[in-house]
Amino acid sequence: MKRVIISVIVLAFAINSQAQRIKGSDTMLPLSQKEAETFMKNNSSNKVTVTGGGSGVGIAALIDGTTDLAQASRKLKMDEKIKLQEAGVTYKEVIAAYDALAVVVNPENKVGQLTREQLEGIFIGKIKNWKEVGGDDAKIIVYSRETSSGTYEFFKEHVMNKKNFANDVLSMPATGAIIQSVSQTKGAIGYVGLAYIDKSIKALKVSYDKGKTFIAPSMETAKNKTYPVVRPLYYYYSSKVEAKVKSYLDFVLSTEGQKIVEQVGYVPLK
Amino acid sequence: MAKPFHKKLFEKIIEGILTLSGSITSLAVILIVIFLFKEGLGLFNQSPIAKGFVLVVNKNNPVNTLDAKSIKNIFDHEITNWKKVGGERDTIILFYLDDINSIYTEEQIGQNLENLPTLFSNLTDSISGIIAFIPKTYINSDFKGKVITTDNIKVSKFLSGKEWFPTAEPAAQVGILPLILGTLWVSIGAILLSLPLGLAVSIYLAEIAHPRVRNTFKPIIELLAGIPSVVYGFFGLVVIVPLIQSVFNLPVGETALAGSIILAIMALPTIITIAEDSIRTTPRSMKEASLALGASRWQTIYKIVIPYSISGITAAAILGIGRAIGETMAVLMVTGNAASIPHSFLEPVRTIPATIAAELGESSQGGMHYQALFILGSILFVITLIVNLTVEYISSKQKLAKR
Repeated sequence: MKRVIISVIVLAFAINSQAQRIKGSDTMLPLSQKEAETFMKNNSSNKVTVTGGGSGVGIAALIDGTTDLAQASRKLKMDEKIKLQEAGVTYKEVIAAYDALAVVVNPENKVGQLTREQLEGIFIGKIKNWKEVGGDDAKIIVYSRETSSGTYEFFKEHVMNKKNFANDVLSMPATGAIIQSVSQTKGAIGYVGLAYIDKSIKALKVSYDKGKTFIAPSMETAKNKTYPVVRPLYYYYSSKVEAKVKSYLDFVLSTEGQKIVEQVGYVPLK
Repeated sequence: MAKPFHKKLFEKIIEGILTLSGSITSLAVILIVIFLFKEGLGLFNQSPIAKGFVLVVNKNNPVNTLDAKSIKNIFDHEITNWKKVGGERDTIILFYLDDINSIYTEEQIGQNLENLPTLFSNLTDSISGIIAFIPKTYINSDFKGKVITTDNIKVSKFLSGKEWFPTAEPAAQVGILPLILGTLWVSIGAILLSLPLGLAVSIYLAEIAHPRVRNTFKPIIELLAGIPSVVYGFFGLVVIVPLIQSVFNLPVGETALAGSIILAIMALPTIITIAEDSIRTTPRSMKEASLALGASRWQTIYKIVIPYSISGITAAAILGIGRAIGETMAVLMVTGNAASIPHSFLEPVRTIPATIAAELGESSQGGMHYQALFILGSILFVITLIVNLTVEYISSKQKLAKR
């Protein structure tokens, strides 16, 4: 009898250790959930649990060893790398997909395209009126994501030349809130993921070569790398659990997994 | 004989459970408070420079220390000459870690980045106006540049600072004045709106309304308290924000006023329920005496009912305020969260709870940003503590007066 109980417990642990835990970025949450769902359907013996909380939460869990995979919409920060080193975790990084960011304005806005330099001016607060960039005489209302979101960091680094946002930028808790606000505020400008673009807002063409060519954000331009504002989405894991997470990561990077990436609205790797 | 003993034992057990649950709750509260302050206070031993990084300059540069604000201005291209920060007349040249790839080839850097320390050292030595933001690990003993020192974050600067850029690199700006002011603006606005309305409704329900009206209205008002705050927030964003925008003809509708209105609606059930209950404790004999003396209904309310229940009404107001100050989600959605100092109710503001809710998930745990958010939580705790102590004080006064 005792032996049976022990073997049941051991078996339960063995099954439990098969479960892969994914934690982190809320941006990647829909992607990981969809991937995990299909992955589990294909391999019924595997169990994947996905939770959000933010990139920082995921990486902290990776440091504590309470997650197998940390999903992050930004690269590791230096202090996180140091902490991983202190905890004796050698980590590996996998790019799962790309996310294109579109700059959006109110549909009534005359302006249809902006250069990177103009965007920088608007978001750091140097350009305050739409007439300075060829629009109507109206105040520019800048909407941004929260300072700690990966989207914010990426936008700052790639569009604003690492300069800080203006003080009076309105920061919204979620992409949905940005879309709602931009659609009801005439002078608004903001940035959202490609998947979120709909008819209530207008996506701007962007130029990264000082106004020679303007590229509209779309799945095609993001895929063929002509659209410049594209960021990678990462999975981080400890090399100790590599064997455990490999099957899931292989699935994400497979043709089927990458098809899901596109379905969810992100840009596949190839 | 056995029965009373069992009863006694049963009573003892119940007593024990009650004592235990009481002490466990108190212990949990104390632990949470200690945790809050312990996590937060570490902030003041931190340098505003991102952990693991240093700022280095040329060894001939007379500048030895820079404060967080000048560092931010330098890296925002606001300050472009060393003269402005106490150095010689020389253009400031910014250098980030990633810039190394555009200066040296991959061969020069080495496959395992082993040449980086030497390259950084040479670079800071050869460019006189350079300020480089590089990882500490690449600074070795024969480094030819000079490391810039920065003061730790000071309590006074933290409380009076006007800029909130907790994730800014190289130097984070953690000034919480705009956040404290934002919280106060929104809360005061909410009180100004909800208090008169709440009082009016509670007096109406307690004294004037027909019992049938009261029996329908009160549950409906109490139902308001059960609606999740995110629903209020969404309602605010979709209905109140555009309304404010068109009524006041503003460029943007996400304002302190929108937050105040939503909070006022959310605080109303608390205020109405408690105030109405306390108004209804006015003894019937007192009211009848007043009416018998020839006072009108209004005079009775004004001279008898309100003075009698004033402490209950105050407690209702203060509990309503407590709810307003601590409310997170609804405010997060409608106030615009711009961390600038508000000059009127028609400007976007950022409150303390909204800041914590929006940023805690993404901050690296134990880091400076994380600690700054915990200090914000502690400040919020102190504010609510003051509010609650006021309630205690007022209700104790009432007991004395009744004796």
